[in-house]
Amino acid sequence: MSTQRQSVKDIVTAPAAGQAALLQALLAVQDASPENYVSEEAVNEIAHLLGISRSRVYSTASFYSVISLKPRGRHIVRVCINAPCENAGKQAVLAALEQELGVGLGCTTPDGRFTLEGVSCLGACYMSPAIKIDNQLYGDLTAEAAVAIIRRCREEENIGHTA
Amino acid sequence: MGTQLDSAKSVFRLGLFRDFPTLMHYRDFGGYQALAKALAGSPEAVIGDIGAAGLRGRGGAAFPTAAKLQMVRDNPPGERYVICNADEGEPGTFKDRFIMTHIPFQLLEGMTIAAYAVGAAQGFIYIRHEYPEAQETMRRAIAAARAAGLLGGDILGSGFSFDIEIFSGAGSYLCGEETALLSSIEGKKGRPRLKPPYPTQSGLWGRPTLINNVETLANIPPIVDRGPDWYRALGTADSHGTKLISLSGDVVRRGLYEVPFGTTFREIIDNCGGGVRQGRLKAVNIGGASGVVVPPWELDCPLEYSACGQHGITIGSGAVFVMDDSRSILENVRNRVDFFLHESCGKCTPCREGLRQAGRIIHRLLAGNAVLADIDNLERYTRTMQNAAFCGLGQAAGNSLISSLKYFRGEYEAMCRDRGEAAPKEATA
Repeated sequence: MSTQRQSVKDIVTAPAAGQAALLQALLAVQDASPENYVSEEAVNEIAHLLGISRSRVYSTASFYSVISLKPRGRHIVRVCINAPCENAGKQAVLAALEQELGVGLGCTTPDGRFTLEGVSCLGACYMSPAIKIDNQLYGDLTAEAAVAIIRRCREEENIGHTA
Repeated sequence: MGTQLDSAKSVFRLGLFRDFPTLMHYRDFGGYQALAKALAGSPEAVIGDIGAAGLRGRGGAAFPTAAKLQMVRDNPPGERYVICNADEGEPGTFKDRFIMTHIPFQLLEGMTIAAYAVGAAQGFIYIRHEYPEAQETMRRAIAAARAAGLLGGDILGSGFSFDIEIFSGAGSYLCGEETALLSSIEGKKGRPRLKPPYPTQSGLWGRPTLINNVETLANIPPIVDRGPDWYRALGTADSHGTKLISLSGDVVRRGLYEVPFGTTFREIIDNCGGGVRQGRLKAVNIGGASGVVVPPWELDCPLEYSACGQHGITIGSGAVFVMDDSRSILENVRNRVDFFLHESCGKCTPCREGLRQAGRIIHRLLAGNAVLADIDNLERYTRTMQNAAFCGLGQAAGNSLISSLKYFRGEYEAMCRDRGEAAPKEATA
């Protein structure tokens, strides 16, 4: 936790933070967290550093669907649930992902690797159905392709750990 | 991505900038000539050119851009801001993403010219969180423009200074509404504010603020560079220039297309999209989730503000989503209602509760538990949302409902338990 506290201070007091600080600080703190969330300690620290109340920080943090106040997996798998993807076969892709990961929408795998989330339009309707894993976009998916992507992510992470 | 307009008749020349979003490449094709030309003249001349070109906002509201620029310019001296709305959350739309990842410098140049016109020294680009690659490309483009003296202090030796910061959204569709976007930059919940005062008078941190969509700002350099007459010749007498169309759904070639105003929706689907992939055309959703659902016989309407207005078609962001005859209208409307219910901020009752009730009725219809009276109630709730919601989100949330009830009421009625039971109470009286 102390590492997150340190980074909170670095992020919030960075010269680049500028006037428009709160939402960008919350996003940066979340990105720096290995569990992809903004902890209660981090909220306290942000409030202290910006000189605003904790309730102000919570008010903003809880409004935005990208910001999580609960720990999540190391990788966020976002499935577009909007109409173009829905019509292009999102249901089959989602079902395959749920089966492969063993969890439903909004849940994190027991090993703490993946959180499965729904998202409103990834702006990839020309290659629907689409999903995004962290910052990487995948389109024109089938159930099999989606499962293969998850398996490749696992392998890459395993290699990263042993290297 | 599909066929593109001849570059002499194109505002975006996307074919030229397929994989080279470099400053050198952009300048090789005439980039930043418009900025040099603008800075050599007066801010009034820039607004005059944009007004003569007849440019209107491309984010959905179609407000005349020159009038907005003039409103911000007319404020008493003092700090003011230019904000580019790149919170492209309208489902089915991906045009702004392509501008940012393929022609980022055209957007920066347009913003800089707009800033010169209104007298702003600071700009923000509010990019949605779902577009990290666009955020990254824009950051690199800003750094390159600064290094070349095209952003920052004393741009091109003119004495005019302007700089741009990237601001990331955090997954809220509502933040595409301009006042909600302002609240979001200020660190608050992205909820809309009462208008007036309009952002042109009291915007970011209470200062006058110009807020324009990505596509609108990217239209400015070609207008200034090639002149309003060239631009006006691209469209029709009513609507000038071109429009980016995000084409998706059951067509052969999905993708981004630039078409001149006056092109019909049928031409967009057949010529750009190569027609319906299989089966027959059943319905087209125009303008994204906040747009309308229309049947094939409305598709000869030209893409033009007045004609679309007469046909009840919302051009909106330019999303065209095609459905073949295997698709259920009700399922698609359910998807839209679920989307808006999730994105509603809960501030006003018509939107918050209206969507909840509409959602219940649609789900009841799909489960086969609804009665014909439910459809009338659905229509009433929808009218209430359209007339009484606080902001554009709630007002537009009813568009797909009302239009589908108008054109596809039979599909709703077919799902009712008491269908076919004639109940003409008045007749017995």
